[in-house]
Amino acid sequence: MTVDFLIDLFSKFIDIPIVAFLLAVTIAGIPLFVLMALNATIAVYVERKVSAFMMDRIGPMGQGPGLHAGKWGVLQTIADALKLLIKEDTVPASADKLLFKMAPFIIFIGAFLGIAALPFSSVLQVVDFNVGVFYIIAVASVGVIGIVMAGWASNNKWSLYGAMRSAAQIISYEIPAGLSIIVPIMMAGTMNLQSLIEFQTGSVWGILPNWIIFNNPFSFLAFFIFFISAVAETNRTPFDIPEAESELVAGWMTEYSGFRWAVFFLSEYANMFVVSGLAATAFLGGWQSPIPGFFNSPLWGLFWFLGKIIFLIFVMMWFRWTFPRLRVDQLMHVCWKVFIPIAMLNIFGVGIWKLIIG
Amino acid sequence: MVLNIGPQHPSTHGVLRLEVTTDGEIVSKITPHLGYLHRCFEKHAENVTYEQVIPFTDRCDYLASMNSNFGYVVAMEDLMEIEVSERVQYIRVIMAELNRIASHLLALGVYGLDIGAFTPFLYMLRDRERILDMFEYTCGARLLYNYMWIGGVSHDLPKDFEKICIEFLDYFEPQIDEYNNLLTYNKIFIERTADVGIIPADIAISYGVSGPNLRGSGVSWDVRKDEPYSIYDRFEFDIPTGTGEFGTLGDCFDRYWVRMLEISQSAKIIRQALKDLPGGDVFETMPKKIRPPKGSIYRRTESPRGDLGYYIMSDGTPSPTRVKMRSPAFTALSCLDEVSSGWMISDVLAILGSLDIVLGEIDR
Repeated sequence: MTVDFLIDLFSKFIDIPIVAFLLAVTIAGIPLFVLMALNATIAVYVERKVSAFMMDRIGPMGQGPGLHAGKWGVLQTIADALKLLIKEDTVPASADKLLFKMAPFIIFIGAFLGIAALPFSSVLQVVDFNVGVFYIIAVASVGVIGIVMAGWASNNKWSLYGAMRSAAQIISYEIPAGLSIIVPIMMAGTMNLQSLIEFQTGSVWGILPNWIIFNNPFSFLAFFIFFISAVAETNRTPFDIPEAESELVAGWMTEYSGFRWAVFFLSEYANMFVVSGLAATAFLGGWQSPIPGFFNSPLWGLFWFLGKIIFLIFVMMWFRWTFPRLRVDQLMHVCWKVFIPIAMLNIFGVGIWKLIIG
Repeated sequence: MVLNIGPQHPSTHGVLRLEVTTDGEIVSKITPHLGYLHRCFEKHAENVTYEQVIPFTDRCDYLASMNSNFGYVVAMEDLMEIEVSERVQYIRVIMAELNRIASHLLALGVYGLDIGAFTPFLYMLRDRERILDMFEYTCGARLLYNYMWIGGVSHDLPKDFEKICIEFLDYFEPQIDEYNNLLTYNKIFIERTADVGIIPADIAISYGVSGPNLRGSGVSWDVRKDEPYSIYDRFEFDIPTGTGEFGTLGDCFDRYWVRMLEISQSAKIIRQALKDLPGGDVFETMPKKIRPPKGSIYRRTESPRGDLGYYIMSDGTPSPTRVKMRSPAFTALSCLDEVSSGWMISDVLAILGSLDIVLGEIDR
């Protein structure tokens, strides 16, 4: 169900093209927005529970509905979101007001645009670009503009440090992420996300699904480089130096409160969703079932795709509650001296592999 | 750029303000500003009786109150020349070592937090909780005990304390491996701490750094061993020193590692003390009226942070003329500027964490 289909559908009934277009875009956009909000709500709850179990705690445990945050604390995140909504929206007196207020929306737009291109199943995709991979990589870096804007406009030293670190980090880690996603593109010969997934149909050696990650040793390595770079791009531990709590208080979001801060939070989880979705699409077969040939209907496809994303998000949480944080220079060292050379060798290796084996 | 770290900051370990001059991420100068937690301990002590000073010592090093008490009562007993009963001596050692474990656990956990690892902190706090429960069981307080009194202790051990303590040690000692697997041998943790913030032995000595910070620089100096007080000469234990295992001698990792090794040594001491614990009365030698003879005394003890010294001057009246506390955390903090210039902001907080300062004790 692409947005093009909707536009065609509405054009039949509505004569004014722009109205049909806007209607189609709104109808396609609202589920995405709901998905983003749901994702953040569930992910925050899961993160709290996962961290709690990893730390030998129990996490939110409110009993009953209403103020007590539901059984097992399931309503805790909703209660928190409501609290954030009614909090005072403070803007520092010395801040650049316009940029300060605009920054959360820029970050939000960056995350929102990415979700629009994700192939949820063989028929469920809002926009099916022929350069889907390129598009997601491109819009994922819109967020950094918002981060730098937030850091600069806050007129706070911590925010500035956070923003500068973040800009350096995200821009650096886009390179290994981009270089390692070239591997699946080379193998499938397409940037279209649906064709990329269709390329991964079938199985290797009869048991493993024919996902790109299992295709050859280079793509196996490329997945890990991509995933680690993706963790770095979303500012998650061990790469959370832009908001390093013990160093920079809260980094670029130090001065934000209330709902603007909640938008940052929402976007962080949405970004995790997007990069996990891209990793699942490019390396883990997207909506393909892990048992080759079974459960491959579109509805199952949605299940598998979301399942893979949830698994990858869980791995990110696992990282966060296990690892300490890297230092700025070590972060750059890992990126420029380890990942980029390996990613380049990977491209070379995959080229040779394709030439010899096919 | 001048950056103010603190007084409200997640990793200044209290209300400390660091005025940091930076060039980008590189730190060129650090000026610690103290006094946010100054409560006039020494002046207060001049206006209360000798027994009433003890609760004040609790509030100095609030993470190792037993050890703070211990230093003061050891000095007072030497000044008054009273012998305390055997049972009291053993109880004091058990309590002081348990508190050393608790204090080190917090130091190590918070250090992990400074580096960015959340989980080890809660694991260590979980185990520290059991020590605090034992203290609560014994004297009713969890943090500020006022447990050691001049000539005795405030409460005798509960009947099943020995059993509980042994159970705890049996549970706790294998946990140290868990901490090591989770935090110590983590590659990122080693990268962040090894070769960072090196304090060479001569600089450490010239600044008067003591305790685990000094031992991390490879100097084997421990008051418990070198100038034994109380009954520490009866126990078998080692003094772990830094070896520069993953980097240079005296780096942050060594200071961290020395604390980790000291935990198991303290557990060893507690086991020995529990084995030999004699019976008797804990109030036996408590003087009715505390009027020390004219004169003064300086005694130092090994607190979890280093040489904790008390200078007590008496003029024969029921309240002291002067009480001075030599704070090991203060001397450790004084070398911060020299050690951390040239490192990055993240490293400064790693170095500060590795010094394990307690602001209550620095500001008094």
